[in-house]
Amino acid sequence: MSGTLEHLDRGPLSKDEIAAMIARDIPDGSYVNLGIGQPTLVADHLDADSGVVLHTENGMLGMGPAATGDDVDPDLTNAGKIPVTELAGASYFHQADSFAMMRGGHLDVCVLGAFQVSGGGDLANWHTGAPDAIPAVGGAMDLAIGAKEVFVVMSLFAKDGTAKLVRACTYPLTGLACVSRVYTEHATFVVGPDGATVVETFGIGVDELRGRLDVDLHRLTT
Amino acid sequence: MSTVTIHDDADAAVASVADGATVLVGGFGMAGMPVTLIDALIRQGATDLTVVSNNAGNGDTGLAALLSAGRVRRIVCSFPRQKDSWVFDGLYRDGRIELDVVPQGNLAERMRAAGAGIGAFFSPTGVGTPLAEGKETRTIDGRDYVLEMPIRGDVALIGAHRSDRLGNLVYRRTARNFGPVMATAAATTIVEVREVVPTGALDPESVVTPGIYVDHVLDLSALEGDVA
Repeated sequence: MSGTLEHLDRGPLSKDEIAAMIARDIPDGSYVNLGIGQPTLVADHLDADSGVVLHTENGMLGMGPAATGDDVDPDLTNAGKIPVTELAGASYFHQADSFAMMRGGHLDVCVLGAFQVSGGGDLANWHTGAPDAIPAVGGAMDLAIGAKEVFVVMSLFAKDGTAKLVRACTYPLTGLACVSRVYTEHATFVVGPDGATVVETFGIGVDELRGRLDVDLHRLTT
Repeated sequence: MSTVTIHDDADAAVASVADGATVLVGGFGMAGMPVTLIDALIRQGATDLTVVSNNAGNGDTGLAALLSAGRVRRIVCSFPRQKDSWVFDGLYRDGRIELDVVPQGNLAERMRAAGAGIGAFFSPTGVGTPLAEGKETRTIDGRDYVLEMPIRGDVALIGAHRSDRLGNLVYRRTARNFGPVMATAAATTIVEVREVVPTGALDPESVVTPGIYVDHVLDLSALEGDVA
């Protein structure tokens, strides 16, 4: 790929298109954890022969699709407590092992949602910090610093129009400098020590993005 | 002591839980939650409890019922807020329960440390976040870590699939979750199982929790009525 691709002849990506793009960027054979909500959609776009193995932090590798009908088993759920199925080659383990494999750097990719991501890759996705909000973190902090690569999928702007890719997170942090890529309906980014680089845009150009985001945006050069 | 007591009476299984105890409660949501033991603990009456569990109760049964009965002073968990956590939400907003939020992996590892005799450990999880405020930090080989202390229980209440008469346990699917770690981390471990099988009937290679960690086993298949 040479230079940032600006797709100006189309509108923003749909949620399914974003999920397909993330699935395309997950290397074959990866061990992957998909967060609750929009990240779960990625599973629908993984090729059956990709060799990708899904991890669920409540204690399983080789998780299959959501269970229906007679396949529903209260003893077999995903991290969102939704009944799921097991694939051939699945394995079960307890919570300390599940998070040890995460912290120990054995998980290749995790896909998470976010309230905010900074250009340097800081993540805020567990708590709005509102005084009446009940804080709940689950496995988000462990995943953020444990997986080799953290992909974030989010809308680029909050409902009130505020940008979610920012110079510095204002929400309570989940992890420091842990995100490597950000996928949104308007653009995809690589973030990290070198700041935010726009990889592709959809229905908007880099210059217009620069006007709407308070974060330095680089163009892809190589 | 290798004495494991097999119970066919839930009330007898939890008789020794004291007021003010720290109780580790297994389960991820309802999967693996020892609902029959919790119901017995409510009848038993122990109060002023500190509960350590991944969630803060779902719906109106199990851990939620214990909270609803007003027996829990403080809860240590990773994910209290869920769409069906209305019992906890109400108590918390009324200031009637203390909450200590711990990242899920640190929660598990802190109990593992307690069970394994580890004095404390440095975890990379939570560095730079509000949940690490006030904690000792250290940089090791260029990476930052936070000092985390063990979490020890007076009692663990867990669910498993089968036990033999020595308390060797096997679990089923993701209902395993916190059971094996909590069993190691409490002074007294009380387990409810769907079935107690004769000693020797479990494949030793498949035992997940060796009986050394287990004190009391409630055999749900031996209870009156349709429980299991």
